[in-house]
Amino acid sequence: MESWRTAKGMFAAVATVPTLWLIGFFIVPLGIVWLYSFGTNASLTEIEISGTFSNYSRALDPLYLGILWKSILVAAATTVICIVVGFPVALAIVFSSNKWKPWLLLAIMLPFWTNLLIRTYALIAVLRREGYANQSLGWLHDNLGGLLPLVGLPAPGAYEPLELLYNNFAVIFGLVYVHLPFMVLPLYAALDRLDKSLIEASLDLGAGHFRTLLAIVAPLAAPGIISGVIITFVPALGAYLTPDLLGGPDSQMIANVIERQFKRANDWPFGAALSFILMYATFIAIAFQAMKSRQAEARQ
Amino acid sequence: MSTFRTSDKFARQLLRHNGIGRRSMLQGMGIAAVGISFGGLAACSGSETGTASTGEEATLNFYNWDTYIGETTLEDFEASSGIAVNMSLFATNDELFAKLRAGNPGFDVIVPSNDFVERMVQSDLLEPLDHSLIPNMANVDPTFIDVAYDQGRAYSMPYTWLALGIGYRKSKVSSPPDSWKVLFDSNEYANRIALLSEAGDVIRLGAKYLGHSVNEITPEIIAEVEAMMIRQKPFVRTFHEDNGQDLLLSGEVDLVLEYNGDIAQIMLEDDDIDFVIPSEGSQLNSDNLCIPKGAPHPLNAHMFINDLLDAEVGKKITETILYPTPNAAAKALMPPEYSNNPVIFPSADRMAVSEYASYNEALQPLYEEAFTRIRAA
Repeated sequence: MESWRTAKGMFAAVATVPTLWLIGFFIVPLGIVWLYSFGTNASLTEIEISGTFSNYSRALDPLYLGILWKSILVAAATTVICIVVGFPVALAIVFSSNKWKPWLLLAIMLPFWTNLLIRTYALIAVLRREGYANQSLGWLHDNLGGLLPLVGLPAPGAYEPLELLYNNFAVIFGLVYVHLPFMVLPLYAALDRLDKSLIEASLDLGAGHFRTLLAIVAPLAAPGIISGVIITFVPALGAYLTPDLLGGPDSQMIANVIERQFKRANDWPFGAALSFILMYATFIAIAFQAMKSRQAEARQ
Repeated sequence: MSTFRTSDKFARQLLRHNGIGRRSMLQGMGIAAVGISFGGLAACSGSETGTASTGEEATLNFYNWDTYIGETTLEDFEASSGIAVNMSLFATNDELFAKLRAGNPGFDVIVPSNDFVERMVQSDLLEPLDHSLIPNMANVDPTFIDVAYDQGRAYSMPYTWLALGIGYRKSKVSSPPDSWKVLFDSNEYANRIALLSEAGDVIRLGAKYLGHSVNEITPEIIAEVEAMMIRQKPFVRTFHEDNGQDLLLSGEVDLVLEYNGDIAQIMLEDDDIDFVIPSEGSQLNSDNLCIPKGAPHPLNAHMFINDLLDAEVGKKITETILYPTPNAAAKALMPPEYSNNPVIFPSADRMAVSEYASYNEALQPLYEEAFTRIRAA
């Protein structure tokens, strides 16, 4: 294959459209929002770019930093649960037979074909007080409870439905449910490329399954884990629909606050500043991670 | 005035396992864009290029709430006038405002709520109405003509109105709630309450409970309401996205802050549900037909608004959406189950102590910030 240097015309033809697209529909709009973050509301509909930092100083108020911190904790918990659940799933797909692999991958991707709002409402139907989860538990409770007196234990009281919805548990549950495919797919891609003979060697040489997983598989799959972490953590940090619909009175996340600035509060400059603080934090985290991995490579 | 009107209706159907119509399925999907709808040409004109009796192109771009029009209203209008109506949907006033603030992308008729009519007039986004082209204005109940938010109806025609109140499950309350106290300042129904997730509405009603007019709110009153709401928050199960009727119907909560029209709809399905406007009075809202500045077909728009205010047309719309109508002629054609329904048309004494909230540019950010603190507390 020719290098792009020898086929400049071809390269230009292929690259122009995506570059223009990226500039026109990503860089420029984002730049406008960035400028808004240094602006003030001149009237109900006009923003004056005055170069002020007051939006940022307001955004650094402990109130908003506290909400940002809470959002980071929720997104981190989501990511950790996604790894713990997603890793065995990805391993299972890698080691399944070739006949089953495409079907299992399809099953992971299938939820993407359904709108997020519909999936969230489906979760509401499962988790609510008279939802499927509580109905099933109630059925088990009533039927198995009837057996207790037979073994000499007192019969249990009436089933009290669990409060599964409208709390922070529901928000994290919903976020894990939505983001799990983002974790499984890069993990699968990384694990699938793994040289399986290394695993056999490790097992042959006396390491247990768990040790093999931690000492051999996990480091080799690290790039997949890292990209999985990033593409799970970042969207989870910016989630707003899930906390809106599944959360309780104290489940607001930073994106809910940003949304309200753009809509109900009609304060675009402040909303822009909050969004960019979120974005700066994400950039710093990714840059830090990149720096770490470069250091790790240099050490090897 | 429903925040997630689309999802309301859709969710109700989904959660009840009724057959989901294709229409509502598509509408439900439409809502996904809720958070990030930045302008854009939502309304594209139809392919018909004929000329209407108004001398304009025979088409009209109508920007409406979801499930907020009669089943055949648009077809009937096209049959009688030859004007094809392209209806697109918005889910919140904020979405409507955000779309129009950078310039009208081509809408002819829009349906903002009362405070947004004020806000859009202040922002010079609305075209004054020519009353000579709207003879059916005579059908409107006179009490809806001289309203504070649009004196003499220079810019808007009333389409529906509604009132916030307490929807509750009769078998689960010790006595019918008659004060906002049960929602805002009491642990009697701990964890069985849902409030509306609208900063302005919650703070204004909190102020109403504390004895202030919704239009005389000061930063001190906001602070007082904020402190009360933070005390009350542990007893609140959730702040709902205007799907309070579903929470009530499914038994998730027993008392909910909601609009009368929404509760009236579910009362048809469940006898155990009732609605009250508390004795302190409440906040009224009204959705209005307006023509935005820069509308491509202003004469068609006047004709369409006039048509919607017709008695028969208004009756058909009301039969579908079941909201209180300000159209006296249409109301007269409705059966007594509707026009005598105390939920849809609350008693005169409760209406007398209720008010429309005017738009206050200075207070809006304070409401939002107080609400953010309440949610974060």
